[in-house]
Amino acid sequence: MLPSLVRVVVLPADDAGQPADEAVRGALGGRFAVASAGRPRTARRAWLDTFDWRLHRAGCTLEHVTGPRPAELVLSGPGGTQLSQQASGLSWPALAGELPAGPVRDRLEALCGIRALLPVARAVSTVQELRVLNSDAKTVAWIGLDRTAARQPVATRLPARLRVAAVRGYQPEAERVVRLLAGLPGAEAGPAASPLDAALAAAGRRAEDYSSKLAIHLSPGMAAEAALRDVLLALLDTLEANVPGTIRDTDTEFLHDLRVAVRRTRSALKLAGDVLPAGLRERFGAEFKWLGDLTTPTRDLDVYLLGYQDMAASLVSAKAAELTPFHAHLRAQRAAEYRKLVRGLRSARFSRLTGEWRAVLTGSPAAPAGRAQQRTGRKQPRQPRHRGQRAAALAAGRIGRAHRRALRQGQAITPDSPPEQLHDLRKRCKELRYLLEIFASLYDPRDHQRVVKDLKGLQDCLGEFQDRQVQQEEIREFATQMMGEEGVPVTALLAMGELAGQLGHSQRRAHERFAGRFREFASPASEHRFRELIGEADK
Amino acid sequence: MKILATYNIKGGVGKTATAVNLSYLAASDGLRVLLWDLDPQAAASFLFRVRPRVKGGGKALIRGSREIDASIKGTDFERLDLLPADFTYRHLDLVLGATKKPTRRLARLLSPLGEDYDVVFLDCPPGISLLSESVLYAADSLLVPLIPTTLSLRTLDQLTEFIGGMDGHRPDVLAFFSMIDRRKRLHLEIASQLPEERGDIAATAIPALSLIERMSVQRAPVAAFAPRSRAAQSYRDLWSEVRARAL
Repeated sequence: MLPSLVRVVVLPADDAGQPADEAVRGALGGRFAVASAGRPRTARRAWLDTFDWRLHRAGCTLEHVTGPRPAELVLSGPGGTQLSQQASGLSWPALAGELPAGPVRDRLEALCGIRALLPVARAVSTVQELRVLNSDAKTVAWIGLDRTAARQPVATRLPARLRVAAVRGYQPEAERVVRLLAGLPGAEAGPAASPLDAALAAAGRRAEDYSSKLAIHLSPGMAAEAALRDVLLALLDTLEANVPGTIRDTDTEFLHDLRVAVRRTRSALKLAGDVLPAGLRERFGAEFKWLGDLTTPTRDLDVYLLGYQDMAASLVSAKAAELTPFHAHLRAQRAAEYRKLVRGLRSARFSRLTGEWRAVLTGSPAAPAGRAQQRTGRKQPRQPRHRGQRAAALAAGRIGRAHRRALRQGQAITPDSPPEQLHDLRKRCKELRYLLEIFASLYDPRDHQRVVKDLKGLQDCLGEFQDRQVQQEEIREFATQMMGEEGVPVTALLAMGELAGQLGHSQRRAHERFAGRFREFASPASEHRFRELIGEADK
Repeated sequence: MKILATYNIKGGVGKTATAVNLSYLAASDGLRVLLWDLDPQAAASFLFRVRPRVKGGGKALIRGSREIDASIKGTDFERLDLLPADFTYRHLDLVLGATKKPTRRLARLLSPLGEDYDVVFLDCPPGISLLSESVLYAADSLLVPLIPTTLSLRTLDQLTEFIGGMDGHRPDVLAFFSMIDRRKRLHLEIASQLPEERGDIAATAIPALSLIERMSVQRAPVAAFAPRSRAAQSYRDLWSEVRARAL
């Protein structure tokens, strides 16, 4: 019933030499007969993945096949497993949750989460189905002979692919078919990978060319300034890579990643920017603050909307449906804030910021001078105390300082401390985390991971405390706005009141957890791990 | 999962042709279908070009020492699988006799397949035996092909009476006339009258056609190699009736 073995044999493109179907007949001729099952059909294929390649990273490929047969979504997994479902009338990008119900959607929802699926390559295929018959003329395997040509940027013929699927109960025969086909000149047998990589290569791309994680490789002995420039350039690449998706509003993670790049840039500038020529930190620090502030309102509303279903489900006294006007209000607010965000990202100020920042970081002659330089008209020398400093020393010094500062601020917090004090500590912890992230490649991954874990427990607690505080204030603000709108029922405001109460409760719980979490973070063992990481353990 | 068994005490009445054609039509309708060829003569296996061999023989299957799942073969048709016959099935009565609750055995063996299949057809050998009793307990419906003669009808009544005396589960009985010879007046009379008089006989009758016999040459269901033929249409009509009543 279902093909229980799927293997792929790749043959060289058949425009030169023997056509692939004749090659198949020739290879199997002695053992099996081959019969065509219907006429070849032409299909258009689009390969889809999230911007951060979640499917590829999980060893999966997703194809949307359209053509004479009903359109189909085919999800191939590691080891040749395959799920498919009919899916016509789709347009991309799309969130997995928006696809028609079926096994592929179920799996995709788990794999993609909140990220949208986008076409990453397109091709046209001619597929010919062949039956492989034993001496009883019984079909023991199916071969799908797939001749594909990538469409973009120029039509390129890809290697012919033979998908061999065993009829149930005939695995040994199908294995033999694969072995015979693999003996063809230039053939390669492998697991059921899709021709995606070949199609991407034809388009001059490669899979996993974007990740929300920082992928920079610093070496301890490189100059501190060069290391920081590499970090900042990588962050600028991430920032710019996320601009089109943010402007098109493809999914909420584009804006999220863009913001993370901005925050990391700001922290790096604040905590280590003094190794750059004077004046740059102040000037670009202010511009990146503007950019960060520009993105905050939309992101805050995204967080609300993403958590909306859970919030509605958590109501005890009010009914979920009573929150609907709040949802509508959030959406309207979000639409308005998003328009402002897009205006900002299309503004001359934004393109000047990214253009000049890149020029500064790459040392291009068009780089603008820092303010000090502008004032004096002379080239400002690098600050002498950093001359000769190496990346390892810079990282150790700044991480050590940020760690000590976080410890100091945390120790001053008592159960009666005002929320602002916890908020300040949260900022210090974030700065420490960003430093750890941007300098991660200098350290042993396991040691680094342990230190991040120590910090993360505290950060989660502080994050929850602060987020709940802000959300309560925002709900009050939203309620005030909604009171001024026509037709908002009082039940909506009551439901929002209940939400605010729940948020307050959850904030109190976070506060109660704080002392324990901080104790762990400030424990001698954790402190030792920090010092060991940055090479201060012996001091 | 519904279990339909083609059964008759007499042989040569069209049980296998019915099981093969109806299972093919059910799969064409989009149902996931398994046909178990329980007859050691292996006619259904032959018609689907599957070699009549089960690892460990009938004993391993019935005792459960070998999973049914591992012996299933895909046919050449989408959604239609076959559990082939094996010459050792001629001893199934002995094997069943050595198990606890032999008459419940088949039902127990088939129950794990419920997630994989919508319909299971059991193609039974003729005769009354422990195996046929086990089939009666497992089946939701019995499809009984009848040659339109008085003696055949007597056999149907005996079968109905036997089922009436069974404890607990009793399959629904749906008989239909098979191998009708248009040249025989008695065949035509019985086949036209009785379905109106009796609720357990289907309105559709399968004529005796040489195309149905040709199945053994083509080694395929008649609806697969001659889809527009009268024979194929007869089986389609019968499948519609069976589907409406049994599924």
